Amino acid sequence: MADVLVCKDGEIAEGGVRVIQAGEVEIGVIRHDGKYYAYRNHCPHQGGPVCEGIRMPGVLDIIGEGGIFLQQDFDQKDIHIVCPWHSYEFHLEDGVNVCDKRIRLQKFKVVEKDGAVYINV
Amino acid sequence: MPMDTVDFRDLAVEEFDTTTMLKHATEQAIQRRYEDFFIADIDGHHYETGSFAQICEYIEDPVMRQQAKYQGFGGSGIASSNGAYQELMGRVTRYPGRRKEKTPTTPHRDITLTKRWMDAIGIDYVCMFPTPMLSLGLTPRPEVEVALSRAYNRWLCEVVLQNEPRIGSSLYLPINDPEASYQMVKDFGGKKGVIGFTICSPHYKATYDNAYCKTYALIEEMGLPLVYHGAFAWGGDQSMSLCNRFLAVHALGFSWFNILHCTNWLCNGMPERFPKLKTIWVESGLAWVPFLMQRLDNEWMMRSSEVPLLKRKPSDYMREMYYSTQPMEMVHNREALELTFKMMNAETQLLYASDYPHWDMDLPSTIYDLPFLSETGKRNILGGNAKRVFNLEPIVSEVKQKRLAARGTA
Ligand code: FES
Repeated sequence: MADVLVCKDGEIAEGGVRVIQAGEVEIGVIRHDGKYYAYRNHCPHQGGPVCEGIRMPGVLDIIGEGGIFLQQDFDQKDIHIVCPWHSYEFHLEDGVNVCDKRIRLQKFKVVEKDGAVYINV
Repeated sequence: MPMDTVDFRDLAVEEFDTTTMLKHATEQAIQRRYEDFFIADIDGHHYETGSFAQICEYIEDPVMRQQAKYQGFGGSGIASSNGAYQELMGRVTRYPGRRKEKTPTTPHRDITLTKRWMDAIGIDYVCMFPTPMLSLGLTPRPEVEVALSRAYNRWLCEVVLQNEPRIGSSLYLPINDPEASYQMVKDFGGKKGVIGFTICSPHYKATYDNAYCKTYALIEEMGLPLVYHGAFAWGGDQSMSLCNRFLAVHALGFSWFNILHCTNWLCNGMPERFPKLKTIWVESGLAWVPFLMQRLDNEWMMRSSEVPLLKRKPSDYMREMYYSTQPMEMVHNREALELTFKMMNAETQLLYASDYPHWDMDLPSTIYDLPFLSETGKRNILGGNAKRVFNLEPIVSEVKQKRLAARGTA
């Protein structure tokens, strides 16, 4: 296990992604809302570059009293990583697929110290 | 703890490049040594809207040409009659990205873009289809369907097929006009790169109508296949307009219209009337095939008197038809998929299709990695069956030739 230097803090712009090659493994480091997340850049579906897509909030159906459909809304508390190949979605927080909990992205620990960002590979 | 430094790249939002976006597909192609065999994609797409100004120049009727230039093609606003929110609000980045992708001035942009994704994925040959034109059969004026499809087919033959041996096409038939469909086969059959003729399935004509028989006979005589390409209808279709989410329209529509035409094709004894005409059912997935086989066989046992031309069970005829793989329903149940393959004699009847660049595209690995297929079966589905059905000359792409040379096996 090694700490791999990703960048100086702030080098990845807010909302940006840096894809790093750590040996055989490609890892996407995502900066979102000031926090860093690191996942293997490999989608469990057909192997797409899952970190290279967009992030979007989850979508909710809002149901009112009596089961009445009211509208849809974005759930800003639940940001999804969206794979650019076919749009499989994963929770940004833990990399778990939004449709099937058994499918998940490989997550790497991010360490911020001395003004730099590292991941533990 | 030791600290490593690494290679990295930062994603630039303003750029888009197909080769980069498909880098992982290329890695799959290298790992699986796709250079060892021919891969044909029998359903790849381009966006003819990008070349619409050029296509308009091929419209023969000068008034229609002017109308087309003025009005443009399609209409993709949120309130358009076809619903139009297929693109997932930018989630599939190649939709907005493709407009920004840079290409050289020659060859034609559509050739460059098509070969870029073919090379990245590992495809040697593609049967190219249009995109919004798949719904042209729903236009209320049959003369518009005829004019646009003739213009498109002429443009495609002259600009694309004539100049790129790795791209072929199964040409659009303007199904609302049987006479024009016949004329299309007469005029374009035998042109370079024309490997079949296609009925785009969303339309409201019964394709067993006697008016189409001479067209089928001619296609049969030419030894070409007849393709039914699935698609959806939404606004104009009373059943589908009950759906309010595109997922529903797509899941049902792409299979439904082919289920409908396949059922009619069988119930009117078309396989007996045109025994050498090869039919291919494209872009409806596979799950509908066992459903329809079981359903029709069951009813046929009780009501064969209605369809006396059928000498065998409907499923026996269906096992002699051909099917494209995509979009393969493979999410959870490997057993169901294996049974489906068995029921349709997949090793000889199934043809790989990517549907690239559409959102539900499938890579060759969706077939290559299936544990229940033999090596021969995989190679048949990925290219061998297409070679036989479309009479294709196997081509090895330049990229694959280089890989073979690097391995010393060229
Ligand atoms: S490869 Fe990621 S969604 Fe298909």
